[in-house]
Amino acid sequence: MSSNTVHTASGRTLDELNIEALCADEVTAEDFRINGQTLHRQADAAEAAGYWQLAESLRRAAELTYISSQEVLDIYNTLRPGRSTYHELITLADRLENDLDAPLTAAFVREAAEVYQERGILRNS
Amino acid sequence: MRSKRFEKLAGRPINRETFIKPWPEIGLIAMDSPLDPSPSLKIEDGVVVELDGVRREEFDLIDHFIARHALKLEAAERAMNKPSREIARMLVDINVPRATILELASGCTPAKLVDIVQQMNVLEMMMGLAKMRARRTPANQAHVTNRKEHPALLAADAAEAALRGFAEIETTVGVTRYAPLNALAVLVGSQTGRGGVLTQCAVEEATNLRLGFKGLTSYSETLSVYGTQDTYIDGDDTPWSKAFLGAAYASRGVKTRYTSGTGAAALMGHSEGKSMLYLEARCLLVTRGAGSQGTQNGSISCIALPESLPGGVRTVLAENLIAMVLGLEVASGNDALASHSEMRKSAKLMLQLIPGTDFITSGYGAIPRYDNMFGGGNFDVTEMDDWYVLQRDMQVDGGLVPVREEEVLRTRERGTRAIQAVFEAFGFPPITEAEIEAAITAYNSEDMPNRDKVADIEAAQRLLDGPLTAIEVVKALEEAGFHDVAANILEMQRQRVIGDYLQPSAIFGDDFQVLSVLTDPNDYQGPGTGYCVEGDRWSVLQNLPQAWDPRTYLENLGTAQHEPWLEEIGPAKKGDQPEVIIALGPAFGAEIDHTIGGLDHRDVLSAVLRGIEDESVLVRVVRIHHTSDCAFIGHAGAQLSGSGVAIGIQSKGTTVIHQRDLAPLENLELFPQAPNLDLDTYRQIGRNAARYATGQPTTPVPVKIDNTARLRLIVQTTLLHLRETQQVERDRSPTALRVS
Repeated sequence: MSSNTVHTASGRTLDELNIEALCADEVTAEDFRINGQTLHRQADAAEAAGYWQLAESLRRAAELTYISSQEVLDIYNTLRPGRSTYHELITLADRLENDLDAPLTAAFVREAAEVYQERGILRNS
Repeated sequence: MRSKRFEKLAGRPINRETFIKPWPEIGLIAMDSPLDPSPSLKIEDGVVVELDGVRREEFDLIDHFIARHALKLEAAERAMNKPSREIARMLVDINVPRATILELASGCTPAKLVDIVQQMNVLEMMMGLAKMRARRTPANQAHVTNRKEHPALLAADAAEAALRGFAEIETTVGVTRYAPLNALAVLVGSQTGRGGVLTQCAVEEATNLRLGFKGLTSYSETLSVYGTQDTYIDGDDTPWSKAFLGAAYASRGVKTRYTSGTGAAALMGHSEGKSMLYLEARCLLVTRGAGSQGTQNGSISCIALPESLPGGVRTVLAENLIAMVLGLEVASGNDALASHSEMRKSAKLMLQLIPGTDFITSGYGAIPRYDNMFGGGNFDVTEMDDWYVLQRDMQVDGGLVPVREEEVLRTRERGTRAIQAVFEAFGFPPITEAEIEAAITAYNSEDMPNRDKVADIEAAQRLLDGPLTAIEVVKALEEAGFHDVAANILEMQRQRVIGDYLQPSAIFGDDFQVLSVLTDPNDYQGPGTGYCVEGDRWSVLQNLPQAWDPRTYLENLGTAQHEPWLEEIGPAKKGDQPEVIIALGPAFGAEIDHTIGGLDHRDVLSAVLRGIEDESVLVRVVRIHHTSDCAFIGHAGAQLSGSGVAIGIQSKGTTVIHQRDLAPLENLELFPQAPNLDLDTYRQIGRNAARYATGQPTTPVPVKIDNTARLRLIVQTTLLHLRETQQVERDRSPTALRVS
């Protein structure tokens, strides 16, 4: 992708991410976060090359760019085996869909909840 | 009774290994377990209702995931109905492009993929690798770790590894809490050696993710997947949690690849009686289904387990091939210690090195084995030159470039000074001048001063928990005057924003140019296509520091300015006394003045003369002009000798005792290994010749036998013989010499 089409999550252009700006404290680590739109474009490129599952993963990633690192870690732990009840997973999915604008991730969590229930790897009670 | 040969064999390195008979019920079988299912796939209303003989009601976690995410259902019917042997033949057919195979494989179940590769022998699988590898340009990955977790040494070693051409550098820890500092040291070091090297620190997922979020690492290959549900649960993950994790890394611009390999499920006691290859095929479909761009596979840390079984190494190659037909980037193993036997270890490597993979090893110890915290590693820094020579021998690219000692020392110093500057700016425990000096020239961490571990761990914790990120690292380096290193780390951060290196098989080439399946797709379709080691790259790979110019050798021959000490005094006459003739080669003592063993020609001639004098026999010295061949030199001398006995000496030192009545290629005694001859031997040769001349009983001169002499010195032999042959005057008769 060319540098003038890329914006960071904070809305800066790539050209603004230079050493002078950095030393003048005009840009911070937050300005080096990848933008959801960029991930969507990468997803399109992956899909065009036949990597449709990578594309799906990159689209889920695009949703996660808006979610804090701590929350991302928490969701990961929630999805690990024996960590959550069915209800907790569905609640998470609803939150992802309704509050965090992450419908793809929400659907993925719902699917996990169904399979975990069927295979008995949910937390008891 | 014990055979001495069997006793010797029992003590060989290969017999320190374990070899077992298959036991399928517990998964100790490489491929084709009787309990492996036959390929099957049933789809109803767009939903998979049977997968490899298992009905949907019986699906485990992995079946569910594969059924929902891994298979391209539109491709499935055609793929599943095509005979496996036909697909296997397409894999080795250069006229079938990679894309056709990818399309077919996208509709294959695990059992079908296994059935395809089982039709192939290793050579055919290697052809498959050459065609199906995702990235056109092969590359390699390094391990950089040390027992003391010494930041200066990590930075120096990472800098050196980057200089040697590794596209990725992986570090890890002995003590988990060091992880942030190790990641930092390897980041700074790597970007000193070459901008664009990807780095990771293999630790527990949560910490790993945090390091990635901070920009201290740029890739992660710790995402383990397993072939049975129980193994997965023991690994404290599910296909869904791992897939989420992959997306989480991507959301922060971090490259990931999954890791799996034959033997893991058996080792963890949950094989369900399935073969290692079948379970690995399941892992690979989970990998693909989760949207991972690639995999680290090839048995990895379990390698000794498939190797204990018949066909184990073929199976490990087969798993690389399955990953590639699924379109995945493959870091193809060869990382964990694969054998005590150098022969076995190297032979195994050839299966990946010759066809080329995205990463020939998924971790080559760019450090001594002593310091390799990934279980010692298969190859280490002392084997680098072997690797370079293999690349040069076979004109293959194993991803490494030869380096010069001076540039390595320079780069190591700069890497350590850069990390010193960052530590200073961050208020971390200082890196002293003594530590820098030690790190520049260190062999391993035993050469490094000890550090205050408590203080370092405290600093590591601050780095992990506090606000510091790669951006502050850039700033610290820029302010300390390390502009190039700062610029490289800044560019790594900018690349996270661009995200092009999230595409399959991505690495950075020169000037941060992304080489991935999108920009550098493998297009091998037989001779003259695909990646070729040619042009500048071939010049670089063949230019070993040890390689010398044979022209210079010839130019320097016989340049020592001696007074002429052999004077030609007219034609040599046929003698009639009981004498010995010493017949010298055309260049002896003139254009060439030393033997190949480094003996001065004057000393050689004196020794022979002294030997003849010991027996009080007359001697004449002549020069032969018409031939440079040792036998013919000796034979020509014998024709002149009153006794019929002569010693022929070539300038490189090869010597013969000849006798007039023998055919030219016969002799009384021949000393073909000139490098093994010393002055004592030459004296004994003189003595024996004298005894032959006077008809006394004579025991042949004992000689040292060193069969490596030819191996070591064949080039010098060639050059010396060439110089001697250049002095030949075909029509000139032997001349008598006066020795002064």
